[in-house]
Amino acid sequence: MTLAPDTQDKFVEYAHPERLVSTEWLAANLGADGLVVVESDEDVLLYETGHVPGAVKIDWHTELNDEVTRDYIDGEGFSRLMASKGISRDSTVVIYGDKSNWWAAYALWVFTLFGHEDVRLLDGGRDKWIAEGRPITTDRPEIAASEYPVVERQDAPIRAYLDDVLEHFGKPLIDVRSGDEYTGARTTMPAYPEEGALRGGHIPTAQSVPWARAAAEDGTFRSRAELDAIYRDEAGLKDGDDVVAYCRIGERSSHTWFVLTYLLGFENVRNYDGSWTEWGNAVRVPIVKGTEPGEAPALPPRTTR
Amino acid sequence: MTTEAIPSKLAEIIDEFQELTEQDRLQLLLDFSRELPDLPERYNDHPELLERVVECQSPLFLTMEIGEAPERLVHLFFSAPPEAPTTRGFAGVLLEGLDGLPAADLLAVPDDVPDRLGLTRAITPLRMRGMSAMLGRIKRKIRDAR
Repeated sequence: MTLAPDTQDKFVEYAHPERLVSTEWLAANLGADGLVVVESDEDVLLYETGHVPGAVKIDWHTELNDEVTRDYIDGEGFSRLMASKGISRDSTVVIYGDKSNWWAAYALWVFTLFGHEDVRLLDGGRDKWIAEGRPITTDRPEIAASEYPVVERQDAPIRAYLDDVLEHFGKPLIDVRSGDEYTGARTTMPAYPEEGALRGGHIPTAQSVPWARAAAEDGTFRSRAELDAIYRDEAGLKDGDDVVAYCRIGERSSHTWFVLTYLLGFENVRNYDGSWTEWGNAVRVPIVKGTEPGEAPALPPRTTR
Repeated sequence: MTTEAIPSKLAEIIDEFQELTEQDRLQLLLDFSRELPDLPERYNDHPELLERVVECQSPLFLTMEIGEAPERLVHLFFSAPPEAPTTRGFAGVLLEGLDGLPAADLLAVPDDVPDRLGLTRAITPLRMRGMSAMLGRIKRKIRDAR
């Protein structure tokens, strides 16, 4: 059972308005049958300080990532996780989080790997909900037991691996990290700890469009016209383009993946979650330093790589 | 070279964490986060006296007051926003475990103390580095003040 979409004017401009709900919509629908609200934050303790009443928490690190392999959980793991959160295959899931929904978009992307049909973001995320003085609680929600089928993860449509990116040259690549990470002046976000990349720079030919440009001051997504100006006019993306976005571990680029796919309607966008922590460390993989995107490298044939 | 030693109050906190399940350890860290006191007023008017610890994922500001020799008692002051409970929690542990001790005792705290709280799996090694960075900054400032 899914809930009716939020039909406010701002969303109608987007390619897939059904992927967003406003804080008003959420407030009006809290407690509705078939709705599960999920909080996904960067800070692992933030949910416990107070959350939307009834919302369940999903921690990206301990719950969505496989503990041993650098990969996401598999179909059985996802099925167990969903059942433990009271989510069914036909639930309407609304995800919100801190920092302009950065980690919420990451969770939504992982839900999409498993083809969960009705999963939406709360426009403006946690900060907007709180800024508007809407209710929060520290009460743990009562979770109704649910069943969730084991669905095989489908990576190919929305996830790129290193080899896919090596074969992608000539098609658009978007680097969503900060300017200094793009040029190679630094390998981590300003004010963030070192995550261990050996080289600084970017993937040859990648355009720099820092992810947060898609968010307004209040954490909501920018309007359709503003987003078109950034991604089509400035970055030069065109309808029908096959696009790969990346950042450092694939979380910030999930946000950009959401914008390109659901707000602007690009149909072939993949998130390269290996991102700079893989590319910047991989042996014999070319990088470019400085502000220019650089040229597509001539790569040796696969067999000799 | 100073010998390594964990001050007794900090050792008690470590034991407290170690006795709990992982879920309860997070709850305890949250308690430390909630109990982190506000800065004394004299710092509210002088934000330039606070130093940002850039290795922390969320903004954390730190300053210290070091008393006269020979004891050189150290007082610690931390500031982090409520949206950063993990960072606040780390600061709370260090405050309760180390505040008011002689400089030499602080310098003797082993660098791997944050790893002994048993939070690394739940919090992630990356986030734990924020706490190591705070401890490192405290020690560096003590050495610089000599």
